[in-house]
Amino acid sequence: MILASVLTTNLAILVLAGFIGFVVISKVPNTLHTPLMSGTNAIHGIVLLGGLLLLGLAELGALSKILLVIAVAFGTINIVGGFLVTDRMLEMFKSKPKPKAEDEEGHA
Amino acid sequence: MILATSFLQSESFIYVLYIIAFALFIQGLRGLAGPTTAVRGNRIAAVGMAIAVVATLLDRGEGNWGLIALGIALGTAVGIPAARNVKMTAMPQMVALFNGVGGGAVALISWVEFRHHGSTYGEHTVSRTVHQVVGAGGESISVGHAVGFAAVPTYVAIFSVFAAIVGSISFWGSNIAFGKLQEVIPGRPISLGSAQQAVNGLLVVLALAAGIDLIAGAHSELLFIGMLIVAALLGNAVVLPIGGADMPVVISLLNAFTGLSAAATGIALNNPALIVAGMIVGASGSILTNLMAVAMNRSIPAIIAGGFGGGGAVAGAEGAGEHAGTVKSTSAQDAAIQLAYASRVVIVPGYGMAVAQAQHAVRELTKELEKRQVDVSYAIHPVAGRMPGHMNVLLAEADVPYDQLKEMDDANPEFQRTDVSLVIGANDVTNPAAKNTPSSPIYGMPILEVSDSHSVIVIKRSMNPGFAGIENELYYDPKTSMLFGDAKSAVSEIAAELAQI
Repeated sequence: MILASVLTTNLAILVLAGFIGFVVISKVPNTLHTPLMSGTNAIHGIVLLGGLLLLGLAELGALSKILLVIAVAFGTINIVGGFLVTDRMLEMFKSKPKPKAEDEEGHA
Repeated sequence: MILATSFLQSESFIYVLYIIAFALFIQGLRGLAGPTTAVRGNRIAAVGMAIAVVATLLDRGEGNWGLIALGIALGTAVGIPAARNVKMTAMPQMVALFNGVGGGAVALISWVEFRHHGSTYGEHTVSRTVHQVVGAGGESISVGHAVGFAAVPTYVAIFSVFAAIVGSISFWGSNIAFGKLQEVIPGRPISLGSAQQAVNGLLVVLALAAGIDLIAGAHSELLFIGMLIVAALLGNAVVLPIGGADMPVVISLLNAFTGLSAAATGIALNNPALIVAGMIVGASGSILTNLMAVAMNRSIPAIIAGGFGGGGAVAGAEGAGEHAGTVKSTSAQDAAIQLAYASRVVIVPGYGMAVAQAQHAVRELTKELEKRQVDVSYAIHPVAGRMPGHMNVLLAEADVPYDQLKEMDDANPEFQRTDVSLVIGANDVTNPAAKNTPSSPIYGMPILEVSDSHSVIVIKRSMNPGFAGIENELYYDPKTSMLFGDAKSAVSEIAAELAQI
């Protein structure tokens, strides 16, 4: 009974997150789809948490340790690399309107 | 002090941190709705990630800190230089690679779950709540050292197996996509022909059979490894036959896969931050996949089943016969004159611009035109390039103002009052056959209607058809003149000629 409620709670979170994801992502314009993809790459780096949790287990064998270190490294690549490269791209999009606005002011 | 520590490690506090983390993810993604808020949004999401990691470090059992440090150090050492140095033209490969890495992590984590669910449901639990609840229910938990999912609730096993299969598909599929984009592997479809679908079907059945056996409590680790391998083969078998032009769909689809597998891991580990983050990525990938498929007028199953086949090539051959000899070629000088006396120019970039790295030259040309009060904008097809939004990133890199980048639906009505459309390395997305020729393989695909403009200049290396293997009627239109050459040098030549007029 209680076990079922853990599952149903998690399923509820899953479904609601799906709906929120659809609503939020639908508002992202085509122009920003590449940064969106690399941003979501960074966010799914959250699998790092799984690696961290499992490394806390007792009695891990050598193979498990190796697998988890690789998983943690992979997750970290996603998070660090993903957020950085997205930031790089978005800076390029952001900086555009500014100089133009200044130009216009200059003309006026 | 002890009180403080126990509070920080209490389940409620950690849960609250997870809630804060996923709220920040959602808030961060909301920022991506516009270019001015996007940078901040990305940073907000990064803060959310930092909070989620801290919460997990508080949550976990003791031990293995050295290994954690090692893993994070390795990941950072690879991730930072990669993110810093990657060229914008190479972003599709980068995204594919990062995506694969995420899927790989999910598959590895599922593997370790499989190895340890049986033995560790005693003192240190993967998923505290599940353990406690099972204990409270009075069920005995086998604390043997056998591997397998026998000791965990069935649903945990189901989600773990799902994560393992989908994660492995995503890892291998993404790596193949990376190889194709990086041109380590030929970009053209590589398939087993008619046997391909049967093989894919067999692999799906094998993976499912192994998965069901494991969920039912099979203890064999070899079976689990076999399942990962079958899923790996499936990832290869699905992506190898897909051609370069379908890459935007494939990358989006694999993105969705990785997200969904992460969400499944979240349910298996009872971790809300993982569930929410994974599901949002899954939603994002699904939306993009659907958008790309619609923009190519192809169904997702049709793309998965294999690239544009012989039908297109046959149609192309016929078209070439009909049209031969009616192509009008032009020079950079003539093109420059044509552009200089236009009042409205629309630039239509495609993958050819990315290959030639011509985006900066294009920006220079635009500046020359703007000096002459020519109104310039860019019309961008959703599937131009090798990933969603590929062209936009390149043009943004070259300092093209955001508001000059027009999406297809906004750009199309404007072509009628456009004097010159300058098509740079784009092909199939401008082909009027999509509107006019019901027998064409791309019939029905939404296109940029450049043939509505008063005149068209196409910069192209040769008359070779695009990835769809179809002849482009646009090139035989009397309004169209072709400027043959590398996109970058052709555009630079036009700009140089313009400067002299």
